[in-house]
Amino acid sequence: MRSIAFPGRFSSLSEIREFFARAAEEAALDEKSICEVELAVDEAASNIIDHAYEGEGKGDIECSCEIEPGRLEVIMRDHGKAFNPEKVKAPNTRNNPRRRKQRGLGLHFMKSLMDSVEFSFSSKNGNELRMVKIGKVLTDQEHTQQE
Amino acid sequence: MEILSTALKRCVLININGRIDSETAPHLQKALNALIDEGNYKLVLDLSKVDFISSAGLWVLVNAQKKCKRFNRGEVVLASISQRIHDALDLAGFIPYFKVFEDTAKAVGSF
Repeated sequence: MRSIAFPGRFSSLSEIREFFARAAEEAALDEKSICEVELAVDEAASNIIDHAYEGEGKGDIECSCEIEPGRLEVIMRDHGKAFNPEKVKAPNTRNNPRRRKQRGLGLHFMKSLMDSVEFSFSSKNGNELRMVKIGKVLTDQEHTQQE
Repeated sequence: MEILSTALKRCVLININGRIDSETAPHLQKALNALIDEGNYKLVLDLSKVDFISSAGLWVLVNAQKKCKRFNRGEVVLASISQRIHDALDLAGFIPYFKVFEDTAKAVGSF
């Protein structure tokens, strides 16, 4: 498992996406799955800054991953306010966007794009988010073609 | 992210280059608001060079659309979106809210 702590700032988002995209490549996930991982981790990190830390520069986002062929586990930790996903109302994506509240879309993306999403909180370790992406495993030939 | 706007006869063409995430979305929002406040309500967003958009970026598009469509004075249309951007719009349920054209010429010609 590899880990890097990124400052909890929106300017870290590119590096966070890149960190997990590389891991997804190493897990030999297909291109679509890699794009989906990038979007899910971006939404997760943005939510940590906005809601757990309630602003930029309040703490780090610790990013780790576990890589297996065809499977990537993303782990993101923060020491901000406890996050309870059950308090976030799922958006009704069939409603006209004009009448929708600008909340809950990030979590909806994470749940839709990843195969599993789990949150936990402890007063000692803070928030921990674990997301798993299971993708199509590319053969060496497909991997070369994708590049 | 780079934003280049060009005033055409019937609309404004806005070329966006780069990623639209929580870091850059406020810049795009500001640029679109400035155009709308100047009385430009018919906007073509060329997204051919946008390689990433998050929910923060999608809401910027929706907010611009809300303002432009007010009083039936115009609208925001999208041109040259990649599959990745299309998938994000679809996942958010925003596809029905935007006309999407395969290239800027068709998008500009729609006004």
